Amino acid sequence: MSAEIVTSERAAGSVLLDHAVGLHARPSVKLTQLAKTFQARIELALSEAGPWIDAKSIVKVMATKAPKDTILHFRAEGVDASLAVAALIGLVKRDFEDGR
Amino acid sequence: MKRNVGIVIVSHSPDVARGTADMVRQMVGEKVPLAWCGGDPGGGLGTSVEAIAAAIQHAWSDKGVAILVDLGGAETNSEMAVEMLPAGRRERVVVCNAPIVEGAVMAATEASAGSSLDEVRRTAEEMRPA
Repeated sequence: MSAEIVTSERAAGSVLLDHAVGLHARPSVKLTQLAKTFQARIELALSEAGPWIDAKSIVKVMATKAPKDTILHFRAEGVDASLAVAALIGLVKRDFEDGR
Repeated sequence: MKRNVGIVIVSHSPDVARGTADMVRQMVGEKVPLAWCGGDPGGGLGTSVEAIAAAIQHAWSDKGVAILVDLGGAETNSEMAVEMLPAGRRERVVVCNAPIVEGAVMAATEASAGSSLDEVRRTAEEMRPA
């Protein structure tokens, strides 16, 4: 009998949101779309104390209405948790690749 | 084969329908089949079953199509257009109970991630007023 080794990992990180308009519609869509490309469960909060919301839910992400200069906290659990947190922080740092 | 659920926007006003579709394209991108229709054939406000049927055809995906509507007739005419579809397709089209603009953006975002028709509808319907 062969044993499949599944390594589940946890990761967390935070990043300053300095996009001019904060986490509004377009940045929320991009963040959610990226989060959904990972298998890990990914959560987002505006404070380490929570409340933590599902980063793959466009409705919940948009409802955070995080303004500019908020610190976004991410945490993830699953096989690609570290990659997911790094990718999401990268997206915020790159200003959501918003060419406008 | 189109891999993502398609989105159809049905408004009484062609301007509202076109504007909503523009928002979806600009915010969500090109990964979702998208079509819109609005106005009656005479150029006034209204909706037409034929135009809705054509929009469903245009946005067709084997994963299904989610329709976002504005008021009254947009919903009943959409339901009629769905009923006219051949069996096998009819079951893969839903009319979402959600506000047209917000619902369309939410549904398209969900669809762009490869989600199922049921997930797309649930996401759009999360936008319902509490």
